[in-house]
Amino acid sequence: MGGSGSRLSKDLLAEYQDLTFLTKQEILLSMYVVSAPHLVDEQQARSGNEHTGTPIAERANRSPLSARAHKRFCELLPQEQQSVEASLRAQVSFEQILSLPELKANPFKERICRVFSTSPTRDSLSFEDFLDLLSVFSDTATPDIKSHYAFRIFDFDDDGTLNREDLSQLVNCLTGESEDTRLSASEMKQLVDNILEESDIDRDGTINLSEFQHVISRSPDFASSFKIVL
Amino acid sequence: MPPRARCVSLCETPAALLTMSHQVKGLKEEGLLEGFDLRMAPTFRTALHVPQSLLGPLTFLIVLYAKVPYLECSVLSPTELTSSEAPWTFDFSQSGTFSWAIATRPVHFPAPAGNRLGRRPSSKQAPKAQGTWGRRGAQRSQKECAGDSPSPGAPQRKQTERRRLREELGKQEPSKAEGTSEGRRKRDKRSSFKEQTAPSKKEKEILRKEKLKRQKKPRSSSLASSSSGGESLSEEELARILEQVEEKKKLIATMRSKPWPMAKKLTELREAQEFVEKYEGALGKGKGKRLYACKMLMAKKWVKFKRDFDNFKTQCIPWEMKIKDIESHFGSSVASYFIFLRWMYGVNLVLFGLIFGLVIIPEVLMGMPYGSIPRKTVPRAEEEKAMDFSVLWDFEGYIKYSALFYGYYNNQRTIGWLRYRLPMAYFMVGVSVFGYSLMIVIRSMASNTQGSTGEGESDNFTFSFKMFTSWDYLIGNSETADNKYASITTSFKESIVDEQESNKEENIHLTRFLRVLANFLITCCLCGSGYLIYFVVKRSQQFSKMQNVSWYERNEVEIVMSLLGMFCPPLFETIAALENYHPRTGLKWQLGRIFALFLGNLYTFLLALMDDVHLKLAHEETIKNITHWTLFNYYNSSGWNESVPRPPLHPADVPRGSCWETAVGIEFMRLTVSDMLVTYITILLGDFLRACFVRFMNYCWCWDLEAGFPSYAEFDISGNVLGLIFNQGMIWMGSFYAPGLVGINVLRLLTSMYFQCWAVMSSNVPHERVFKASRSNNFYMGLLLLVLFLSLLPVAYTIMSLPPSFDCGPFSGKNRMYDVLQETIENDFPTFLGKIFAFLANPGLIIPAILLMFLAIYYLNSVSKSLSQANAQLRKKIQALHEVEKSHKSVKGKATARDSGDTLKSSSQNATQLQLTKEETSPPSASQSQAMDKKAQGPGTSNSARGTMLPASGHLPISRPPGVRTDSGHPPSQTHLWSASGKSAQRPPH
Repeated sequence: MGGSGSRLSKDLLAEYQDLTFLTKQEILLSMYVVSAPHLVDEQQARSGNEHTGTPIAERANRSPLSARAHKRFCELLPQEQQSVEASLRAQVSFEQILSLPELKANPFKERICRVFSTSPTRDSLSFEDFLDLLSVFSDTATPDIKSHYAFRIFDFDDDGTLNREDLSQLVNCLTGESEDTRLSASEMKQLVDNILEESDIDRDGTINLSEFQHVISRSPDFASSFKIVL
Repeated sequence: MPPRARCVSLCETPAALLTMSHQVKGLKEEGLLEGFDLRMAPTFRTALHVPQSLLGPLTFLIVLYAKVPYLECSVLSPTELTSSEAPWTFDFSQSGTFSWAIATRPVHFPAPAGNRLGRRPSSKQAPKAQGTWGRRGAQRSQKECAGDSPSPGAPQRKQTERRRLREELGKQEPSKAEGTSEGRRKRDKRSSFKEQTAPSKKEKEILRKEKLKRQKKPRSSSLASSSSGGESLSEEELARILEQVEEKKKLIATMRSKPWPMAKKLTELREAQEFVEKYEGALGKGKGKRLYACKMLMAKKWVKFKRDFDNFKTQCIPWEMKIKDIESHFGSSVASYFIFLRWMYGVNLVLFGLIFGLVIIPEVLMGMPYGSIPRKTVPRAEEEKAMDFSVLWDFEGYIKYSALFYGYYNNQRTIGWLRYRLPMAYFMVGVSVFGYSLMIVIRSMASNTQGSTGEGESDNFTFSFKMFTSWDYLIGNSETADNKYASITTSFKESIVDEQESNKEENIHLTRFLRVLANFLITCCLCGSGYLIYFVVKRSQQFSKMQNVSWYERNEVEIVMSLLGMFCPPLFETIAALENYHPRTGLKWQLGRIFALFLGNLYTFLLALMDDVHLKLAHEETIKNITHWTLFNYYNSSGWNESVPRPPLHPADVPRGSCWETAVGIEFMRLTVSDMLVTYITILLGDFLRACFVRFMNYCWCWDLEAGFPSYAEFDISGNVLGLIFNQGMIWMGSFYAPGLVGINVLRLLTSMYFQCWAVMSSNVPHERVFKASRSNNFYMGLLLLVLFLSLLPVAYTIMSLPPSFDCGPFSGKNRMYDVLQETIENDFPTFLGKIFAFLANPGLIIPAILLMFLAIYYLNSVSKSLSQANAQLRKKIQALHEVEKSHKSVKGKATARDSGDTLKSSSQNATQLQLTKEETSPPSASQSQAMDKKAQGPGTSNSARGTMLPASGHLPISRPPGVRTDSGHPPSQTHLWSASGKSAQRPPH
């Protein structure tokens, strides 16, 4: 631990690097991102709106942060939150995660959070969950793990297969909320039929993981678009 | 009645269970057990507090109700029951009245290892195995002595090493006796004379490890040679540990690609690391141990270093943040342009380093200074205007006579105290610029294609791809996201409509007519632009002969080319609206047309330039004569004091040739600069000013400017990429004649990176139809490769077939430029090397080499064809298997109803199957493969396939993929035989 007590311990950092596809900078950055919502809350609680979301604004400007930002965050934290353990254990609720610019526009954001959440109630992400998320969505992650998680994200009812309901829900996500972009019922049926026709190899009416991965492995540009960067 | 201890043992396989139950029965007959109970694990687990992680779906628990005084070593694993010599460790935890123990050795049916106990229901062996503790200890110590003594040949250290291991294992042994506290006390008393009192901490650690091992690989062969004595046992042990360590290491390496939550990964990683650390040391045998440890340490350091280096490397990638920002605003397609730009910048930086370091710097440092010889001096006539900005801006004057251009270099073979062979270096750098570019382009193309394998049948998954992969997760901007929603919806609807009415083509004649018309118009445009360029270049040659030409006349060529490049693409787009193509097809046509335009322009320009060069070459002879005569007259003229040698003629006064190489270099230089300026001005006017106008005039305008006509500009990806590619083509062509060109280009790319980033963020809007770029990435690379090849041609032509100027450049005085190679080989290499080179250059060798290459291409082509055929075949097989699976599933549904309940029986059947397969080894394997083939042949043989599946479903409660089932051996083969004999729906007789 650094002098300010703000750094992740070296061993832990090394372990995180072993276990994710992220680099050191990215881990520190995500540490900061996860912790930032607290910070904003604290600030707003303390001093009204006068420095509303400075770090968020900073992030929006893409200042090269990492260590500096991380340190700054820890300086601003109240005393009891300064230890790394506390911030590691801290759970960030979905609202805070979803307000991240990277996820804001994503139609699958709730699903993504739900899939990666390990808390019993499935309503918040810990730092490690967040690291998992970023690792899967990182540039260097293998297509296999990407497609595995993609499957889980698309599996809306968490039953291990993509059935018709999942597929139509997926179409609804992709076509957006507004009325003019929605597909009609007959179109939806046609579409789902076509998809099942193509991908459901064993014809059991649902798409399972291996069928899904088979399709995905053929796609030339899945891995390049299944990506989130901080 | 003595207190009863209930002890639990786990059986991993049905076979083990079978043996176990036999032996437990034996124990009971001998009166050692009060009773026993056999349960399926999943139902019984909770009552006994056995952790879930230890249990597989087929694990059985055997609960032994033991009479404590008898059963000190209160738990029996099948291992222990069947062998007296296996090393075991037991984990014990007591919870209330229950005590449970886990055989930590992977449970395995020991028969194949030649253990006779496996086959016979041993009622004798078991009591012996766990008789009284003392007897056993004595046995062991005897065995230990026996194990040590009979191998005097083994090196001492090895012996001790093994002994250490064994002792360690031995220490764990006593722990199994801790069934009750009473038992423990007794054990302590007894073992006091055996010097080992196991430190509990160590014990626990080992136990945990062992447990882990068990989790990891439940069926490793542990006790295969348990009866063959201590020596081979520890060998085995070592091998096993080694294997496990390797496995752990692999696990550590691949942990990151496991879909586990982080907490689990962390614990697994820590455990695996601990395990590796602990046992790694024990692995090095004898004297190799230190070396091994050292190697491990180095490996660890290396991993750490690599990680740090990777971190460093990612930090060094420039403009990451800018590009990410653009990615999140505009999607990956626009960002792909910037990534391409960055890649191009890197390539140019390397080229710049090559040229700058090997040509320009040596020339500046060691070559003759400016003004020493005619080619390095501004001629007298141009001297007074040589520093004017307008002259310099045209790359005339001092810049023309500088190291930036070909003409400045001297043909001196070596320069400076390093005896640096500059002409040779110049030539080689010129060649290696192309070589490096080719290599890097092809390499990045190859790495791009590696990711996407089956491009051939991507059409099969049109809908699925649209569904599963169309969202661009990088999009972080809500406006872009809205556009994306819209475009996805459109594409869904389009494809549905396509699917529904694919052959609805109304008014095909009109469409055809319009398409022909559009193509005609565009061809006219292309021809017109080509002629315009040719005309302008011709005219510029006339201008160059005239004095007092205006600025416009001097720069006419560049201006016309840039204007054509600016206005033709939108014109094409307008014309393309006639064609009514699908947007994606339209985009391809558009790209192809712009490409043709650029290429045509470039090549017209080159042809005109070549005309010019030939003209200059024709004049060169006369100029050569003039120069010669001038010098001759100067030195031999009368009227000078004969005694004093005349000072040499001032270099500025020497008449000289036109130096066509420099002229070509200047043309390219100007073209590059004007191209850059036009690009920037287009961005400023077309994007920025438009954006400003729309933004600020919107408040006081009649209609909505933002939504209506001018609106904001979109980022023109294809145009920009093509511009970049052609610019690079010019750089490649020109860099041989103007070494400074690459430097200019590096500056250009650098500025355009910042400028375009700014412009795109400030004044562009996301695309209406956001399309993804990754697939076209290789398309760009292919274009780049084509352009590289096309720009290689003229340069190669000039090098190989045009004579260099006689009075300028590094190759002056030679017949051809490549003569420098020959010269170097002759003068600087030993003669035999020269001979070898001459031999290699022999057409008799080159033609066969080319033939060989063609053959290789043909061969590789056919190989790839056959591979793809094999691919198709495999796919067919998979489909057939799926068919089989399907029919099996439907039958299974009925079958499960029939034989529900007697799972025990079925698994004991499994156990007997094992023995059966052992007995008749070879015949089943043959029929087995037959069965495989049958299945692979697909639906045609569905009858026999059904026959294969049906009985199999009868005795396996859990459905498994067909491959696994055939692995397990017997049932499919046998049933296949039945099905051949016609009784397809019977159950196996065992």
